[in-house]
Amino acid sequence: MNRFAELLDRLVLTPSRNGKLTLLIDYFRSVEDPDRGLALAAITGDLSIAAVKPAMLRALVVERMDPVLFGYSYDYVGDLAETVSLVWPQMPGHIPNREPTLGEVVAKLQAASRSDGPKVLARLLDSAGISARFAIIKLVTGGLRIGVSARLAKQALADFGKVDVAEIEELWHGLTPPYAGLFAWLEGKADKPQRTAAALFRPVMLSNPIGDGDLEKLDPADYAAEWKWDGIRVQAVCEDGVRRLYSRTGDDVSGAFPDLADAMHFSAALDGELLVGEPSATGTFSDLQQRLNRKTVTPKMQQQYPAFMRCYDALQIDGEDLRTLPFRERRLRLEAFVGTLDPSRFDLSPLVAFEDWPALERLRQAPPHPIIEGVMLKRWDSPYLAGRPKGPWFKWKRDPHTVDAVLMYAQRGHGKRSSFYSDYTFGVWSGPEGAEELVPVGKAYFGFTDEELKQIDKYVRDNTVERFGPVRSVRADRTNGLVLEVAFEGLNRSTRHKSGVAMRFPRISRLRWDKPAAEADRIETLQALLDA
Amino acid sequence: MRASDLLHPRPEGLYCPPGDFFIDPVRPVNRALITHGHSDHARSGHRSVLATRQTLDIMGLRYGEGFAETMQAATLGETMALNGVSVTFHPAGHVLGSAQIAVEHQGLRIVASGDYKRQKDATCEPFQPVRCDVFITEATFGLPVFRHPPDTEEIARLLKSAAQFPERSHLVGAYALGKAQRVMRLLRDAGYDRPIYIHGALAKLSEYYQGQGIDLGQLDPATVDSGGKDDFAGAIVIGPPSAFADRWARRFPDPISCFASGWMRIRQRAKQGGVELPLIISDHADWDELTATIKETGAEEIWVTHGREEALVRWCELEGIAARPLHLVGYEDEGD
Repeated sequence: MNRFAELLDRLVLTPSRNGKLTLLIDYFRSVEDPDRGLALAAITGDLSIAAVKPAMLRALVVERMDPVLFGYSYDYVGDLAETVSLVWPQMPGHIPNREPTLGEVVAKLQAASRSDGPKVLARLLDSAGISARFAIIKLVTGGLRIGVSARLAKQALADFGKVDVAEIEELWHGLTPPYAGLFAWLEGKADKPQRTAAALFRPVMLSNPIGDGDLEKLDPADYAAEWKWDGIRVQAVCEDGVRRLYSRTGDDVSGAFPDLADAMHFSAALDGELLVGEPSATGTFSDLQQRLNRKTVTPKMQQQYPAFMRCYDALQIDGEDLRTLPFRERRLRLEAFVGTLDPSRFDLSPLVAFEDWPALERLRQAPPHPIIEGVMLKRWDSPYLAGRPKGPWFKWKRDPHTVDAVLMYAQRGHGKRSSFYSDYTFGVWSGPEGAEELVPVGKAYFGFTDEELKQIDKYVRDNTVERFGPVRSVRADRTNGLVLEVAFEGLNRSTRHKSGVAMRFPRISRLRWDKPAAEADRIETLQALLDA
Repeated sequence: MRASDLLHPRPEGLYCPPGDFFIDPVRPVNRALITHGHSDHARSGHRSVLATRQTLDIMGLRYGEGFAETMQAATLGETMALNGVSVTFHPAGHVLGSAQIAVEHQGLRIVASGDYKRQKDATCEPFQPVRCDVFITEATFGLPVFRHPPDTEEIARLLKSAAQFPERSHLVGAYALGKAQRVMRLLRDAGYDRPIYIHGALAKLSEYYQGQGIDLGQLDPATVDSGGKDDFAGAIVIGPPSAFADRWARRFPDPISCFASGWMRIRQRAKQGGVELPLIISDHADWDELTATIKETGAEEIWVTHGREEALVRWCELEGIAARPLHLVGYEDEGD
């Protein structure tokens, strides 16, 4: 249990992706089965343990200590799981001979009935030290919140076994905790686990951005063009009565989109974009947002913002694997197949006819729908390949929006950037003339060169007005301030931000040392984009 | 005589009227008794100072030789009379030279703990409980959430991380007096025999510790002259916490920031400070040490100072011991 607890503690404080990978790989290497597999399941959210409510946890602890002292403690720490792990009174003179393993903890928690759950939990907490208690409480209260996605955990497995992450993703949904067979394969001690379950995920094909000068090298006749829809990439798989909707990294998202999943009555694996509205009246990105990041979804929500799938590829139809066929052939099969599906839930991503690149460029600049973010180019003769092969698929995105904003706060980075102020919060002007004030509209931590980073860092240090821990507030008023040109992909309405807007994918595109702060943009400029 | 007639707070610090002296005064006074060398307790500008030899030496290093007109060294365990008041210094286990001060007059004994801890520390004399009528305890970590793990476990985590990330350097933030040297010593006791790189602010005090017979092994300055960036790969570097936010830290390859402090028990503290590897190593007593010590002194009355007084006062109430907060100003509770 302690090794798992230590892993959680390290992961939550390690910001760098590579650092997290190293910690995970070391853990998989040094910890035996079944503990490492259970830890993996806990991280990917595949471990099922009956949840304990915070009120129950609180009740358990105040049975054991003075409620006033507990109150002082909780007020100070602010996090219930952490407070309980720290103040839990160890029985006098009671030092456990041996702390329980993760396997033992999980087994006891899973075997506990609803009524004796709290008692089982209390006994486990009695037998554990502080870090282990914290980990146990995290397991039972649900949600580790350690900044590790299922995708990253799979990447760590791939690195650990020196295999492609696509192989892990492909196998994943056929496996169950504690994944002993998977680890044995990754350690070279057993054969690769067989794909036996139905409706497994197929690793998706990804595109490369069109770079400068790329188009001149390509013959327009070799490529089909499609709109690039700004929805969620999904894979709909139905096989032997099993229906699953996967995200592009192989997470099962069927539960979040039951309306679409229930409409999957076919035998195929289709690739496409999940959008909201109806095929004849596609919703905007803000409509789509209503359905994102929800574990459960109400009938009202499903009615107001129905999900549908705009299909653009077929990986399998009626048991036949189509992935080795050229795109031209797959497209024909797809067109015929989508015609047989429920038209309110499935439609076809139309091809965009074009003569040459300048003609396509004109179309790209003026797409027919706000949720289109550019065009896709797909080679007519390309098979469906997992990963991001260079050449067959390109994305040619709409040019980003830009806004001139004023630097307001800067936060220190981590690792190589730990002595640099490298994360910037910026704002635009709002309020009546003569009483303008800056309202923060976003945060960005990349887009600049190392040299520019040094310059901004120096500016921040020379113009600090206040410090809060790792954050500095920078002088920013009508006459003083650093103007940053910020590029972003789009705007969402936000109730969480004072400005009412949230930027998608913001980054610093230029430092405007030349521009007076008073001439930075106003909030109305952004609001106009929202209403467009 | 009432206890408050023997010692009570004044704006300058804790004052003893019959003895006419202050303990750890925060403003310049005529006569100061100093428990230990941390700058919030040991200030310069007093006319005469009474402290242990090592505390006087440390003050000399920090403020220059002439930091007071007269300096008198107190020997641990030896009683002196100041205007008829008996004064004895007892080891506090906080940092090198640290002491509790027992003040006794007309049959009443009050012990002012200064800062103290009970965990073993190879860089200073261990704390000795002293029976008394009134015990003035610090409460820096006076909440039941503060439970310091064994320091050897914390150092083992540091060494494990250094092995896991051999291409990066580990920057350990540690206060210049006491904590830094304790971390060095713990590394040596754990078998770490590579040079430890140190920030310039640690040099004089570390050298003094070595001169007092505390072996810290080879300490090299963490200067760019001593090598390029790659030479710090895998290195352990110790410096004052403030230095790591500074441009000074740029000389190290992709550093992992560590902080040796009792505050690191609270995850949010570590997170807010950008600390990636918190090391819970404290020179103050944790909750269990505070409560155990209060019982050991046998004191009938407890005065609680600098820290989270209310929780410790509450605990005393539950135990049937009279207790009250003693509001002394000017001590930083961050000093760990």
